[in-house]
Amino acid sequence: MFSKFEEWYRDRHDYARAWKEKSSGKVFGCFCSYVPEEILVAANILPVRVLGSHEPQDVTEPHLFGMFCPFCRDVLAQGLKGRYEYLDGITLAQSCIHLRQAYRSWEQHVDQPFSYYLPHPMSVQSPAAVPYLREELENYKKAVEEFTGSKITNDDLDRGIRILNENREAMHELYKHRIGPEPKLSGKEAMWVTVSSTWIDKEEHTAEIRRVLKLIEEREMDRECGAKLMFVGSENDDIEFINMVESVGATVVVDDHCTGTRYFWNSTADDMNDRIEAIAKRYVERPACPSKDHPVRTRFPHILKLAKDFDVQGVILIQQKFCDPHEADMVPLRKYLEENDIPCLFLEFDVTVPLGPFRIRVEAFLEMVGEEDLF
Amino acid sequence: MAKYKTEPLKCWAKAKELRDKYYQDYATAHERGGIRWTGGAWSFDAIPYGLGDDVYPITGEPYAASIAFNKEFSLKCMEATEAKGWARDLCSYMRNYWGSMYLNKYNFGGPYPKPTFAFQDHICCSHAKWYQVVAEHEDIPYFNIDVSVGPYHLIKDNPQKIKYIVDQMHESIEFLEKVTGREYNDDKLIEAVKTDMRSTSTWAKICELNKNVPAPLEEKSMYSFYVFGTLSKAKKEFADFYDELYDEVKDRVDRGIAAVANERCRLMSDTQPPWGFLKVFRYLEKYGAISVGSLYTFGLVGNWEVKKDGTWGARETYMEKGIEINTRDEALTALADWTLSRPEWQHFYDPGLKTEMMLRIAKEWKLTGVMLHLNRGCEGLSTGIMENRLGLVESGIPVMTFEGNMGDEREFDLGRTMTRIDSFMETLDLEPISAD
Repeated sequence: MFSKFEEWYRDRHDYARAWKEKSSGKVFGCFCSYVPEEILVAANILPVRVLGSHEPQDVTEPHLFGMFCPFCRDVLAQGLKGRYEYLDGITLAQSCIHLRQAYRSWEQHVDQPFSYYLPHPMSVQSPAAVPYLREELENYKKAVEEFTGSKITNDDLDRGIRILNENREAMHELYKHRIGPEPKLSGKEAMWVTVSSTWIDKEEHTAEIRRVLKLIEEREMDRECGAKLMFVGSENDDIEFINMVESVGATVVVDDHCTGTRYFWNSTADDMNDRIEAIAKRYVERPACPSKDHPVRTRFPHILKLAKDFDVQGVILIQQKFCDPHEADMVPLRKYLEENDIPCLFLEFDVTVPLGPFRIRVEAFLEMVGEEDLF
Repeated sequence: MAKYKTEPLKCWAKAKELRDKYYQDYATAHERGGIRWTGGAWSFDAIPYGLGDDVYPITGEPYAASIAFNKEFSLKCMEATEAKGWARDLCSYMRNYWGSMYLNKYNFGGPYPKPTFAFQDHICCSHAKWYQVVAEHEDIPYFNIDVSVGPYHLIKDNPQKIKYIVDQMHESIEFLEKVTGREYNDDKLIEAVKTDMRSTSTWAKICELNKNVPAPLEEKSMYSFYVFGTLSKAKKEFADFYDELYDEVKDRVDRGIAAVANERCRLMSDTQPPWGFLKVFRYLEKYGAISVGSLYTFGLVGNWEVKKDGTWGARETYMEKGIEINTRDEALTALADWTLSRPEWQHFYDPGLKTEMMLRIAKEWKLTGVMLHLNRGCEGLSTGIMENRLGLVESGIPVMTFEGNMGDEREFDLGRTMTRIDSFMETLDLEPISAD
């Protein structure tokens, strides 16, 4: 049922090259989930989230000091190895310093016709954030227009907003099938869907979700659900890891990742006269990355609500090694969840993860989570 | 025989006294009915001065650096922070500071003095999170101003970027009035903004004097002076001290007084030094080498601009230019514009800008080479450092790197660093200078 998403996940570069050939359109690499894809879609550009490949590499050492996160190094490695050679442009929406370095090194060492650093407010809780981001998005829109040679009209923006919102809506509908005693899809399948949504043409992606939604109600799962878990952390597209977790008696039913719910959870208002302001509002109000979650920790109640709504029995806190924003949230987040009777397992991730030792820890965690059933 | 005359600086005692007074004033502020606040060295410290003359800050970075210098206490702080579950690779200043707070011990004696509020800027990933944790632990109100609007060359002609910061500043004043119950005084704010400009411009003038050969100051000593700009740029006593220091350093230049008697190799460092091991800088002297400063020492506090002859000099203050500041909004706009132009703020967005500034320093300060501290303790200032290394090497500047940590001595290997210095000196054809 999810084979198309698996194929898209696996053959991401082939898909983008084929899309480009078929549409004669342009493809932009997006560093971070804060890039306003509505504007790119409005300009008939395919936004593609740049992710790593989970392989050991030796090309980033001269460019990135070793204390920066494995994700940013893995991302840069893809550029230096020429795996995104089809990109017509790249954009970084400002979030953490780690990814910023990958972007700058990419910009400097990989030939790229268009590159844009989009300053994005870090104090998203300030009333000044939306008006400021509105202006920055206006500048970005102009830069894209200059690059493509085509004006982005309000109709174009309406189309961009509609296409993104439809995909978000479809994702929400799919996620509803992860609620209940017998989720209709595994965490691995959901990861194929959510992660691939960050680089597949949104209309095509939405159509495939809609096709699945017609069939999913009748689906008989050929696996036991086991303990229902939630993943929380930064970027996570590690299929090997989620597969391992789900092979030892668990199903991942929801997440708080920037390649997961944080990417699609909220929509852009489609009834505002000022479309750019509507987009700015959407990115300021979306579930926050910890780098932008201050002074109030808005993430925590949001994560707790997700955990409760999806009835999870435990949370795996996934930490990219050296990721300062998440490291600065992990201690109070764990305390907060445990005070709310949600047990947590903390795991530190690198480009590749030690599946054997992690399996033992996950199994021990699942035993602990299932303790009430045992005694 | 020594190549140059040298002599101790006369203002040492005053510098020490001022620094001690700063920390004691903070600790005892409540006894005098005053206000204590905490925040970063990057904070707009001029703004809280509008609450009155009895407002005392403690800035986290220099406080944590002073803890790092006290190795025994620093280890206890680190362990206290780690016992709470925090990662060892987080900012080591932050971990020292948190440890002092968790242990309820002040590095200068007595319990950790609880601040009334936290007031911070955000330019690196740790800034806002640091005081979020402090505010939660101490149960105090917290305000944070996001300044990450891009490098100055893109800011100065983009009013919306400055407006974003100024809007937050206005909001911060409402916050200060609310949490302290005091009425805000715009005249005091205007005065504080002017003092900030005076102190940071004067510090740049002092650093500029190090273009001279021999250099009148070496970087280890400069650390003891630049610190005032990190403690409080808007404090009148510190601005006055910089005026005195400028006069003394100028006098040293006029009389040919050197910081290092056998100066023959001029270097610069980068990022914060390993504070517990400043002897590294003394070790250089064995080779007649001197670190004359760095982008960090010059540009974290000092404010610079390109002069008509194309060289770097201190940025002219609004007062020197005859620009009047009469209202709150004008003061805040001036403060934002002034602060965001400081050199050390630029590299957060693009390592290319930092490489450019480093090459400028290498040329104008007549350097032989560069020592890059790959500082595991500060992700902010280590941002892009490997690209800086590549940029310098490609421009023909000899570069050595050494890995360490500004605030966590467990991540610094003194012996290995000395050996790397020996090798670097050898590549520069320098032998140790004989004692006789």
